Amino acid sequence: MKAAVLAGLAALALAGCDVSMTDQPRLDTYGSSDIWPDGAAARRPPAGTVSQSDPAWEKAMKRPPAVTTALIERGHERYDIYCAPCHGASGHGDGMVVRRGFPSPPSYHSARLRAAPAQHFFDVITNGYGVMYSYASRVPPRDRWAIVAYIRALQLSQHASLADVPDAREQLP
Amino acid sequence: MAQIFSPRATTIAVIVLVALVSVPVVLIAYIYQVHSSPYATHVGIPVAQPIPFSHAHHVGDVGLDCRYCHTGVETSAFAGLPPTSTCMTCHSQLWTNAAMLAPVRESLAKGKPIRWNRVHDLPDYVYFDHSVHIANGVGCSSCHGDVSKMPLTRKVKPLTMGWCLSCHENPAPHLRPQAEIFNPHWKPGPDHEKEGRMLMAHYGIDKDHLTDCSVCHR
Ligand code: HEC
Ligand code: HEC
Ligand code: HEC
Ligand code: HEC
Ligand code: HEC
Ligand code: HEC
Repeated sequence: MKAAVLAGLAALALAGCDVSMTDQPRLDTYGSSDIWPDGAAARRPPAGTVSQSDPAWEKAMKRPPAVTTALIERGHERYDIYCAPCHGASGHGDGMVVRRGFPSPPSYHSARLRAAPAQHFFDVITNGYGVMYSYASRVPPRDRWAIVAYIRALQLSQHASLADVPDAREQLP
Repeated sequence: MAQIFSPRATTIAVIVLVALVSVPVVLIAYIYQVHSSPYATHVGIPVAQPIPFSHAHHVGDVGLDCRYCHTGVETSAFAGLPPTSTCMTCHSQLWTNAAMLAPVRESLAKGKPIRWNRVHDLPDYVYFDHSVHIANGVGCSSCHGDVSKMPLTRKVKPLTMGWCLSCHENPAPHLRPQAEIFNPHWKPGPDHEKEGRMLMAHYGIDKDHLTDCSVCHR
């Protein structure tokens, strides 16, 4: 009898424990951990680590993909996310962040940048330039080429003549 | 022999019988209410942060796209929080002396990530994936509200199982075209019932299996 009462009490006590699985003893992707000096659960690979996908990346870095409408559209989307805040939607260097006091970048429509090779734009995205930070961690190589293709389209658009767009005259009011 | 039951006994017996049934029902209903109340789910309560980061300024005023900072959201389960260097792409030149931004500069100097306090946090036994929702026409504001009006980030949805299921049972009214996914102000148009059905077909969503337990508890 006594044992049964004790067992019953123990069961009640256990039910009162928080055995919930809400916070499981594991490290979450963006979680924190006290065992590392920087306090983050995620570890950075040591300097010089070569990941298995690196050769594919490097290939993508060297060879620009064929320019298609899809690539330019992708470039347009990526440009609006990562570049337009400073360089402006049309590339004149008058984006919102510049209007709030960020140093103004050169216009893409200057003679020097119109003459610059595609590789130069690619390298600026990869390595940064002057006060502009690198965007390599957020813009993978294929997207970099897509952005370069879109910048080329922007440059053309600012120097187009009516003759470049054969049906434009009918569409003008 | 004295009577065992007094005249009041019948009344007491009835009350006890009724209470035996109704008290647990009321109690369960009450607990359920408390559990899903904003008080328990933290809906609408701004979360204090080490730096008073404002989506209202960065998204509402400056017009940044979510992906400038939450880069992983299209391709992985996690939206991700921006590393300190992302803040520094602008704040290396802007507001460089602001005391408010001192923790950002300190984080960069010491190589210690900023510890943001979580606003949304599902229990560890729930599986959630951002990319599948983004790729299937569910926009950020369907689940996070209009962050472009939030000086401090807060939860607008309870994140309870009932809430997830209410959409998984019938996603059509919540779907939007691919171009509107990141628009924090998106509202369904007047013709959305028809559009919703078309979008279901466009994304190829098969809602039959979406309420299976194993979708979210794996
Ligand atoms: C935070 C603001 C900012 C963002 C975002 C930004 N840039 Fe820049 N960019 C600048 C500034 C400022 C300069 C001028 C740097 C200098 O001369 O010190 C610049 C310069 C450049 C140049 C000219 C280099 C030269 O030869 O003069 C190119 C090309 C360029 N950026 C491309 C890009 C591309 C592509 C993106 C998007 C992936 C981008 N930038 C995003 C601020 C920005
Ligand atoms: C300038 C960078 C930046 C941009 C742009 C940005 N965010 Fe954030 N976001 C942050 C930072 C930093 C935090 C962490 C601090 C906080 O919770 O407010 C955060 C937190 C959040 C959270 C809460 C995360 C949690 O703890 O649960 C949500 C939801 C969110 N952002 C959604 C968005 C959406 C939607 C957009 C686009 C409309 C967006 N963000 C644009 C930087 C940004
Ligand atoms: C693309 C540029 C850009 C990025 C990236 C950026 N900021 Fe800002 N930030 C601004 C601008 C511009 C202002 C001024 C806002 C205004 O004038 O309305 C500002 C203002 C601020 C302020 C003070 C003003 C206020 O009350 O909000 C804080 C704090 C701040 N940012 C924190 C951050 C943090 C933390 C990050 C990184 C997660 C970040 N910012 C990333 C451009 C940026
Ligand atoms: C279907 C609903 C839903 C949609 C759509 C959604 N989120 Fe989330 N988000 C969540 C949930 C749920 C969490 C909490 C995840 C957890 O605790 O594991 C979350 C967490 C976050 C976080 C915190 C960091 C993380 O990855 O856990 C950020 C930042 C965020 N969301 C941003 C966004 C952005 C930006 C978008 C749009 C591109 C978006 N979310 C779309 C439901 C959603
Ligand atoms: C506003 C609508 C909406 C809400 C809210 C929502 N979902 Fe979803 N969810 C969807 C849609 C649409 C899909 C894509 C279905 C498909 O792939 O056909 C999906 C897919 C998923 C998948 C992947 C299913 C698979 O087959 O792999 C998971 C996991 C998931 N949701 C979890 C959640 C969780 C957990 C919550 C609550 C925190 C939630 N969702 C809230 C609309 C929603
Ligand atoms: C769309 C995603 C989704 C599906 C499908 C789903 N759940 Fe859940 N479930 C959740 C979320 C999110 C929570 C966490 C709720 C909270 O934190 O309040 C949860 C919590 C739970 C809990 C814990 C409740 C508590 O209060 O502790 C149980 C038990 C559970 N689910 C069982 C099930 C069963 C059984 C099924 C199948 C019939 C199922 N779930 C299907 C998302 C889902």
